[in-house]
Amino acid sequence: MYKLLLCWRYLRTRYIALASVVSVTLGVATMIVVNSVMSGFAFEMRNRLHGILADVVFEAHSLEGFENPEYYMDEIRRVAGDDIVGMTPTVHVPAMLSFKYGGKYVTRPVTLIGIDAATQSEASDFGKYLQHPENRRRMSFDLRDGGYDTRDHQAGREAKERSVMELAGWEYRRWRVQRERDLEAISGDLDRVPPPEFDGPPDEKVDDEEADETKATPEEKPGGSVEHGTEQDSPVESVKPPSDPFATRAKDADEVFDPMRETHTGLVLGIALSSFHDQEGDERFLVLPGDDVQLAFPNASIPPGVVTDRFTIVDFYESKMSEYDGSFVFVPIRKLQELRGMIDPQSGVTFVNSIQIKLKDESKGDLVRDRIRKAFPMELFNVSTWRDKQGPLLAAVQMETAILNILLFLIIAVAGFGILAIFFMIVVEKTRDIGILKALGASGRGIMGIFLAYGLSLGIVGSGVGMVLGLLFVVYINEVAKVLSKITGHEVFDPSIYYFYKIPTIIDPLTVAWIVSGALAIAVLASVLPARRAARLHPVEALRYE
Amino acid sequence: MSNHRSIASTSHGVRRRGVAQAVAASRDDAAAVPSKNTAPVIDTFPVGDTAPASDAVQLRSLALAKSYRKGRVDIPVLRGVDLEVRRGEFLAIIGQSGSGKSTLLHLLGTLDAPDAGEVHFDGRRIDNLPYSQRDALRNRRFGMIFQFYHLLPELSALENVLAPAMIASDVWSYYRRRREYMAAATRLLETVGLGHRLKHRPRELSGGEMQRAAIARALVAGPEVLLADEPTGNLDRTTGQEIMQLLRSLNRERKLTIVMVTHDLAIAEQADRVVRLVEGRVERA
Repeated sequence: MYKLLLCWRYLRTRYIALASVVSVTLGVATMIVVNSVMSGFAFEMRNRLHGILADVVFEAHSLEGFENPEYYMDEIRRVAGDDIVGMTPTVHVPAMLSFKYGGKYVTRPVTLIGIDAATQSEASDFGKYLQHPENRRRMSFDLRDGGYDTRDHQAGREAKERSVMELAGWEYRRWRVQRERDLEAISGDLDRVPPPEFDGPPDEKVDDEEADETKATPEEKPGGSVEHGTEQDSPVESVKPPSDPFATRAKDADEVFDPMRETHTGLVLGIALSSFHDQEGDERFLVLPGDDVQLAFPNASIPPGVVTDRFTIVDFYESKMSEYDGSFVFVPIRKLQELRGMIDPQSGVTFVNSIQIKLKDESKGDLVRDRIRKAFPMELFNVSTWRDKQGPLLAAVQMETAILNILLFLIIAVAGFGILAIFFMIVVEKTRDIGILKALGASGRGIMGIFLAYGLSLGIVGSGVGMVLGLLFVVYINEVAKVLSKITGHEVFDPSIYYFYKIPTIIDPLTVAWIVSGALAIAVLASVLPARRAARLHPVEALRYE
Repeated sequence: MSNHRSIASTSHGVRRRGVAQAVAASRDDAAAVPSKNTAPVIDTFPVGDTAPASDAVQLRSLALAKSYRKGRVDIPVLRGVDLEVRRGEFLAIIGQSGSGKSTLLHLLGTLDAPDAGEVHFDGRRIDNLPYSQRDALRNRRFGMIFQFYHLLPELSALENVLAPAMIASDVWSYYRRRREYMAAATRLLETVGLGHRLKHRPRELSGGEMQRAAIARALVAGPEVLLADEPTGNLDRTTGQEIMQLLRSLNRERKLTIVMVTHDLAIAEQADRVVRLVEGRVERA
């Protein structure tokens, strides 16, 4: 009883000891914050990766792919049918994307993916990342009239408004074409006059090549961002041969392609390919749904020849993983197979690169993967789960968390030595009291108990306050970030870098419990030595101590 | 010397009940303790199978020797002290500073262990008991007061008086009987004249008040022997005299055995008997 009373009195009268547990408090708070944020990030990342990638991917090593995907899908269903929810064949091929902006061609390397609009969403969360609500419900490669989201539907209210998206769609396309024609009409007269300063042959070539297409050139969008004069555009569109039917168009070749009423094949563009962030972090779009782009990619022959074709953007794909948003371009698989020569002209047998498989239970991925691996020759096919594909990235996040935890726990351990030193001081200061207690019949064990209980209660106070601070910080982390941004004047958490609008956090009660009990253990361990010293003090010498 | 030994051995033989057994003795036995006005609040040892006569020797030291190490030299403090304290006696031990009188008191109270010799209490040898039993002895059968009062500065006067009770009992049993303890401690403080100072911290009390609180603390467990180490050494003459009167009345009314150490002859002479300690030996007056 006297242990508790004295421990309580010491706690209330020795503020220096409380100072020594401040480092425990800070350590515990930091550990909780770091763990919550790291696991929040890891969770978001895993979710996104998993949403983008199918659970299991069956793919050919060859770019040419393998024929008759139906046969393979039947085969896969035969070995692991019970666990499979959906499958979709895809064609992956590296490609070059070009679109005209400000009279110049912007070219970017991309990964071109041919997908089956009907079944793609069965195998992954592809549909969720599109910008048109109808497309999210039911994917279509036709251009919509309008109604694209002006806010990121995944981020909700936090998202910055993308006012230009309001214009996207058919209306935008018609406006663009009309404007282009107007410009052509104006520049028709200038045509005979040689342009005063001309960029040179490359552009001229482009002109010749492109002039037949009524590709919208003046990229000045109403809500648009980049300023450029019409003069620059005029020479590009100056050559005006009669409109040429699209060879690649599956329609009647004799019919004149009218961009006012028709589109090329639909294409879904990774959002980062179409836009960039300016200094304020606002998105600036170079192209919108309704614009035409050109793709160049190898065909399936050896040696590969280059195939080029035009496509019309029908939607943007925004998965929030910059790696994918900046490289993925989706087109209908049938069209891609046609262009690449992946359809046997005689039999009509198609070729694909890979089959995406969605499982009922994602955690069975390894099991299904192994079963499928056994059924097909490993030399020809590669079967992997999404974790296999993105394993290093996830492992890196885990590694970072582990290292941070070790470092922060060392901080708490350092705090333990602080407690040890202060406790020795307190034992020395209390030597006479210890002697008195012994004279009154207290046992060494009891004296030890006072100081152990003292250490424990300091640990409870320190880690308890730390826990509360840490949890508060985690709960209000976005508000804190906002305040810090205001004070320091620059963005603490830049959504454009992370593609998150808020700092994601997950509080795992088990982790918090571990951290707090670890800190408690350190506080108690640090008080063991001073407590033993106190217990061994000789009562007579302790009483003489002045 | 041989005479002493024979007495010691016979009394040892008579009292078979070990001290440890005695510690666990029931509260009913406590009623047998000769404390008159205030019943002891902590369970005490049974006095024994046969209650000793009031003039029987209660505390005895046999050829006690103790030396302290200072650097490499052993400085002998006690060189064989034979002392007998009878039940209910007020004994004063007088000596120069450094004559070893405080050390003798510590040895009698089992705060320290002798290099040679024995200490007997109620006929039982106590200097070689295990720690736990010596702790229990100090807690329940000896009361101690000191020249510098030695109150715990963090606790109020009342809590200081309650300290032995807290030490004796675990949290639960203390909590169950806290009212009883509290009442007894308050009564004791009133007895020593500190009824109005219950909630004061030691630093808010005067020297005399602190010594009174210390006396109350020494008495709360209903001890049989009070060991006083220069109780008036730090007090002015008037206050010291008040403390002496208090001790005398405790001795008279409660038949409390008191062993007091002092260097002041005037104080010592108020005791029933005075023993002079010279160079580590008892000088018979």
